[in-house]
This record gives sequence, structure tokens and C-alpha cells, in this order.
Amino acid sequence: MRRFETNGGVVPGVDLKELSGWLIVIEGTDGVGRTTHITRLRQHLEQLGYAVAETGLTRSDLASRGLRRAKMGNTLGTNAFNLFYATDFADRLERQIIPALRAGFVMLTDRYVYSLIARAIVRGANPDWIKSVYSFALKPDAIFHLRIDVPELVPRILESGGFDYWESGMDIPLGEDLYESFVEYQTRMIAQLDSLGHDYAFQTLDATRPVDETAAVLAERVERLLEGSRLPDQP
Amino acid sequence: MSASGFGTAQNYPGRLFIVEGIDGSGKSTQLTLLAQWLRKSGYPVVFSEWNSSPIVRETTSRAKRRKLLTPLTFSLIHATDFTERVDRELLPALKAGAVVLADRYVYTAFARDVARGIDPDWVKSLYRFAPAPTAAFYFRVPLEVALHRILTGRPRLKWYEAGMDLGLNPDPQESYRLFQSRILDEYEKLVSEYGLNVMDAELAVEAQQRQLRKTVMKHLEGVRRRPE
Repeated sequence: MRRFETNGGVVPGVDLKELSGWLIVIEGTDGVGRTTHITRLRQHLEQLGYAVAETGLTRSDLASRGLRRAKMGNTLGTNAFNLFYATDFADRLERQIIPALRAGFVMLTDRYVYSLIARAIVRGANPDWIKSVYSFALKPDAIFHLRIDVPELVPRILESGGFDYWESGMDIPLGEDLYESFVEYQTRMIAQLDSLGHDYAFQTLDATRPVDETAAVLAERVERLLEGSRLPDQP
Repeated sequence: MSASGFGTAQNYPGRLFIVEGIDGSGKSTQLTLLAQWLRKSGYPVVFSEWNSSPIVRETTSRAKRRKLLTPLTFSLIHATDFTERVDRELLPALKAGAVVLADRYVYTAFARDVARGIDPDWVKSLYRFAPAPTAAFYFRVPLEVALHRILTGRPRLKWYEAGMDLGLNPDPQESYRLFQSRILDEYEKLVSEYGLNVMDAELAVEAQQRQLRKTVMKHLEGVRRRPE
């Protein structure tokens, strides 16, 4: 019998034994095609008869508005920002992810705590500390890292509307202008994700491969995971 | 103390004095009297209160109004706000040499969140950016005395203040009673863990104030003050 567990922390009032769904995480920087792959994976799984739900960063009822406002210039300090992101995540964990898992859904998550841990470390947070903050997070069944290097990423970002202030780390900032800061920031983010991938057993996929090819690999691996852990059908 | 826990020693020119205790312990009265005395003696006093950052305050008050908070998010949103207050207000004041007075500090969060079922080590790690106070005073009062002071003067209790989110009892006053008793138990653990100065909150106000000033005075040597 498979069971969910956390990274050592506690979600008060939740009995992890009640959770029966699957938690699948897609990680990767902006521009690697996370949204496309989640949409396709969802369609594939629904075809197979699985109930699917989705969530992504900063989509909580509780804190998404405040986070948006904080980003629009009424800025918070870096330490408080890290904790505000954790608040947003906790709200989504309790109100979106856990209920979906309790109902037996496949929860597809567009980035998870790993992106949040990486952005905090890039901004100077103590790695052990920020990991302990997120120790209440459920361990996913699978974490796929759609990985790309910065030189391949740059043309994709240019095509999709240019460099975003936050995705370029301009709050720190790390370069003379948006482009330079983007390159340095994303380089550091990818390095952090690689390091977390090692600690948390990411499955790394090459995001420069054709979309159909990557989608097929994702579909195959998730399907195998689901079939392998499914309860036998009732006669 | 773990690398990630609260309690960083601070070596700033300022001083940080904090009062703790459940509602009705009389701690705010004592802090106000202390502030008046310090100001009169020429010390640069800065008052620090919870809920100072506008963005987080907006999120928190909306969430409380709509009862959106769970023990986990309650803990995190207050830690977020507190951290902002430390970075924006507390540390600059301490660096500038102020005598900073805080009505409630990290211990409030530790007691309240653990009473809600939060892991003690985890909540302490959320407050790692908070400087250790120069001296912390815990106003110890028997539950019934505090309840009498609060429940006679202000019968309408707020949802989270009464611990209604925990479903301990459908009656707010009864829930408040149960929740405060849990908090009191947690405070007692913190007294020994962090060496809080215990004040007998049943003594006469002026007797408590004399004791408070006596202890605070010991820590004021070297603090710059206004010339007489």
C-alpha cells in the first residue's frame, strides 16, 4: 500500500493515510513548456480514465493577491517574501492538493516547492533553513525537471514576449541590464534545480527535444507509475 | 540551538525589551508605564507592534474575516509579517541605538501556534531572523484571573483569538477558555527554554513596575540618551 509522507514536517489535522491520489510535479524555468506539457498530460490521463486536477505557484486564494501587489512595487523584504511564498504554497497544499489527493485525483503541479527553494537560495537564504520551512510539503510521486540551458532558453523567451522583471532576478539584480541579469539569474536557478534534483530524485527531461517526443516520454512514465500502483479492479 | 532556529544574538547599540503573557495579564499596561519612564529619563524609545506591513496586513485581515486560515497558514502569515517588521523596523532601530519595546514577541507565536498543533521546532525555525531580546518578561497569571479580566470587559471574542478554528467548543467563551489554557501551558515551557523573566502579574501594578524598571535598568549602561 503506497502512502504519502512529508519531508519530516507536519500538516496539522491531516491524516496522510486518507490520501489516495497521485502527486506529479513538473519543474523547470520559464519558457520550457511546462504549461503545454501539463495540458497534454492531462488529456492523455483523462483518456485513460483518470480524474486530473492542476495547480501552480501563486494560485492560492489566500495570498496570491498580496503576492501580486507585493511584486507590483509595494515590495516586501527578501526574507518576508520567502515566507509569503511559503504561505501561498501552504494554502494551495491544504485547499487544492490535499483535497484532490483525498478524492483520488492525479494532481498535476506546475512547479512545486523546489522552484521556491531555489529562488530563495539564489536570493541568499540559508539552504537548510528554507528546506526546513517547506518540510511540511508532501513528497510527490514523481518530479519531472524540464531542463534547458540558458543559451537555448533565451530565444524562446524573446519569442514569448521578452524578459520578465522577476524571472530575470531584477529585484536583486545580477547584471547591468535585464538581459545580463536574466542570464545570470537563470544560470543560478538552473544550477540550484540541478542540485535539488540530486537531493530529491528528479527525473530530468531534455526540454530542447521536440515537444511530441517529450510529451510521449512524460505520458509513458506517468502511465507506468499510475498503473503500477493502482488497486486491482473489483470483479 | 539548531542552525535554523530562532535566537541569533545581536550586538547592536540598541536594546530590546519585550513583554509576553496571555490577554488579561496586564503586560501592556506595564510596558506603557515603562516607556513613559524611559522617555522621561531621556532614552530614545521605539514601540514595535505586530501587523506592521501593509501588504501582509491586508492579506491577513481579509483571511481572518473570511476564516481562510488553518494552523499552518496562520503560522506562516504571521511569521511573514513578523519578519518584515524585523527587517524594516526592529533591526534599523536597534542599529540606531534605540530602546525598542515590543508588546508580544516570537514567544506569542511559539505558544499560540504550538497550541494549534504546529510542530515546535518548525515554528521556531520560521523566526530565525528575529534578534534575541535583551530581556524578556513573562507576566504569569492564573487562567481564571485573566479570563475574569477579559471576559467581563470585552465579551465579544474574535474567531481566531478564541481558537474557534480548532473546533474545541462551539461556545466562543468556552473555546477561548480551553485555548488560553493550552497557550498558558506552552508559555510555561518557553519560560525555562528561553530564560524568560517571570513576573507575578497578580501583584499590585506599581510593585510589578518597580521590579520591571529595576531589571531593565541593569541593561541600559552605555545606551546613548538625550542630555538633561
